[in-house]
Amino acid sequence: MRLFTDLYIELDQTNKTNEKVEAMRYYFSHAEAADAAWAFYFLSGRKPRQIVPTKLLREWAIEIAQLPEWLYSESRDTVGDGSETIALLLPNNSLVDETPLHTLVEDQLLPLRGESPEVQKAAVTGAWSRMNYSQRLVYNKLISGSFRVGVSQQLVVRALSQIAELPPDLITHRAMGDWEPTPAFFGSLLSADTGSEDSAIARPYPFHLAHQIDGVPDNLGEQSDWQAEWKWDGIRSQVIKRKGEVFIWSRGEDLITERFPEIESAAEDLPDGTVIDGEILPWRDGAVLPFTELQRRIGRKNVSAKILKEVPVILQCYDLLEMDAKDIRSLDFRSRREMLESLIEKLDRQEEPVLRVTEAVHAADWSDLALLREKSRNLGVEGFMLKRRDSPYRTGRHRGDWWKWKVDPLTVDAVLIYAQKGTGKRSNLFTDYTFAVWNGDELVPFAKAYSGLTDAEIRVVDKFVRNNTIETFGPVRSVKPELVFEIAFEAIQRSTRHKSGIAVRFPRILRFRDDKKIGDADSIGAIIEMLEGFRDTADA
Amino acid sequence: MAMKRDGLITLTPRGLYCGQGGFYIDPWKPVDKAIVTHAHSDHAYMDSRSYLVASEGERLARIRLGDDAKISGLEYGKTVSLNGVKVSLHPAGHILGSAQVRIEHKGETWVVSGDYKLTPDPTCTSFEIVKCHNFITEATFGLPIYRWPPPSQVFSDIDLWWQRNIELGKASVIFAYSLGKAQRILSGVDPQLGPIFTHGAVERLTQAYRESGVAIPKTTYAGEVNGKAAFAGSLIVAPPSAQGSNWLRRFGPQSTAFASGWMIVRGARRQRAIDRGFVLSDHADWPELLSAIHTAEAENVYVTHGFSEEVVRYLNDTGGNAYPLKTRFVGDDADMSDEGSDVPTGK
Repeated sequence: MRLFTDLYIELDQTNKTNEKVEAMRYYFSHAEAADAAWAFYFLSGRKPRQIVPTKLLREWAIEIAQLPEWLYSESRDTVGDGSETIALLLPNNSLVDETPLHTLVEDQLLPLRGESPEVQKAAVTGAWSRMNYSQRLVYNKLISGSFRVGVSQQLVVRALSQIAELPPDLITHRAMGDWEPTPAFFGSLLSADTGSEDSAIARPYPFHLAHQIDGVPDNLGEQSDWQAEWKWDGIRSQVIKRKGEVFIWSRGEDLITERFPEIESAAEDLPDGTVIDGEILPWRDGAVLPFTELQRRIGRKNVSAKILKEVPVILQCYDLLEMDAKDIRSLDFRSRREMLESLIEKLDRQEEPVLRVTEAVHAADWSDLALLREKSRNLGVEGFMLKRRDSPYRTGRHRGDWWKWKVDPLTVDAVLIYAQKGTGKRSNLFTDYTFAVWNGDELVPFAKAYSGLTDAEIRVVDKFVRNNTIETFGPVRSVKPELVFEIAFEAIQRSTRHKSGIAVRFPRILRFRDDKKIGDADSIGAIIEMLEGFRDTADA
Repeated sequence: MAMKRDGLITLTPRGLYCGQGGFYIDPWKPVDKAIVTHAHSDHAYMDSRSYLVASEGERLARIRLGDDAKISGLEYGKTVSLNGVKVSLHPAGHILGSAQVRIEHKGETWVVSGDYKLTPDPTCTSFEIVKCHNFITEATFGLPIYRWPPPSQVFSDIDLWWQRNIELGKASVIFAYSLGKAQRILSGVDPQLGPIFTHGAVERLTQAYRESGVAIPKTTYAGEVNGKAAFAGSLIVAPPSAQGSNWLRRFGPQSTAFASGWMIVRGARRQRAIDRGFVLSDHADWPELLSAIHTAEAENVYVTHGFSEEVVRYLNDTGGNAYPLKTRFVGDDADMSDEGSDVPTGK
């Protein structure tokens, strides 16, 4: 694992894209295929489930380092990463473990799952004794299922495409879906033979993703060249019907077929060789339900009859990527949309069809469309998707052909009342905040937010937290209510689980309002007014 | 506060005070008589009537405290009597001229250690163990995750980084406190690799080190040189405040690094958005803190700045008598300014 550890350290050390690609090129041109397959697996964001819980790793580490539990916790809070904390606390060692990555994973790590804690302990402490700091760090991350490194799959693919001299999109496609990190797989990833792309029947296509557009998009040319669709807030998915089987993939490339039996069953009526891009939405009585309802279904593998009844789902179909077993992504969107419509029309129509083609919103011009966009919140959507009618279906996030045109977020002014240290990059700073609004003369917490401040602002707030702590509860500090922030969020719904009685979606800090006093912060009443200002299916 | 009101040293709004002797140690407001442990800005404040510092650090104190300040030097180990209180200064190993202040009165002894490290450093006299009844220690890096690699390894890593940048035709810009850390780096790197340039704040203090008899390789003030080409392959030592400033543009393609104990944590390094972090500190790491506290054999240990609560708890759990002490010292604050107003304006 020496070469792989070196790669990890190099990637971790630089924030320059070119250097990252160069480091990966170096690694993939020098590593054995068996190791490279695992490296690709890990770098592309996949990881085996946790093999040994961090709790046990921590227990063994503090036993070896002879430290009290609380001192470990303080250290962990400062470092912001359990694997790293353990690597920092273990006695120094300058040995280098030369076990190849695939041997380490296949023979030492994976077989440990489900073993007794004694067996696990012997294996883990033995491994630690053979490794230096960096190797322990990587090892801890692999074994605790927390391996992450700051590269996008796109960058990994760029490095590989340079080595193999193949188009990046082809490698991205080959790496979609389920595969085993074997030397054969790695070979096929870089294979010059481009004729046998259809071997994996479950393999999805890479998703086409869009950027957000600011302001009125009248610089996009004629409105009539663009199709506007409502931007739904559900689970972006790809539904595949090939050789009699249905596969549903989420955008995070999780196979979620079993979780949505109604979609699976509806997709069985599709002809073989069909792939649809769409959004899974919780839907009842002709309207979308709040996203939190859908979350109740995401978490569970076994879907009960009760939850099926309470939170039925549909698929809003956006696009057709494969028809008659042919990849049609290079056709223009207008043609793909027509084919999608006629495909869905041929299915048996039910009263509430599970597969439906998303509505195309017609407008005379951009300003007309801008007016229609104002209805977004009432409809439970985030705004519009704009798609150029003559565009192909592209790979990954792309500028130019698709745009998100979201409505402006809702905002309130709220008071900082709790703070906690962040993780990773912000591990030593108080960056995770809880904000409160007024309920009478009491401040009630209503949202947590982690992002939105500049590094300079973070330091100011961090210093404030350190100097104005009232009480400490574990990692959380309550602070003197003094700082006011403008918080943005996408949606509000009533909630019995929250003290404030409301839950907000995607809260984030918009601005540090150091011009405001806490008396200027908003009240819960004002937020409830916003909530009542538009449809709220949660109350239905 | 656990510190006794009638003890030899008390904590006052102006700083640590010895009432019997009539002097303060590292006061943060102007006083009549101040003993200053070292010239970092959180320990050496201007405008007191008179100062006592270790002779080794007199030049640095002069730069910090101004030409008009009344400064007396005292050799390490020599004792003076102030109102019947015996005072002596002992090397703290933190930076040039850094001192632990030992005071004694009627058989009661205190050591105010200021900032210190035990790791040998060629730019200053090494830390000396001073036994006492009451020991005041810092706790900047008072967690067990802070264990420093040997400096020889760190300097060879810095040389490797510099060498690689030379091959890529880049300048190597290393951020380090202009007082202490910068000179330690200059004396530790391999000067054969290429020319070394400095920021104005670093250059002035480096000159003061040379005048105090510390051997430091040749450096050139970057402001004297024009044209980016001159900087390719060179090493540039600059204070942390220069990071992200226009001043850096003159060096052309560059790799940046920060030398600090904080760099041992990956998140702290990423947060500074630099290319490399080198773990090099002028403060004691966890084992050094425990060793210094242990060997002082003090009955009472007072712990200031940094992870003081954690160190206090650990000491008390392991059979010691430790108390937190709320001073205004900041230890190794990554944004601490040692360069005063001496930041040259970018040209």
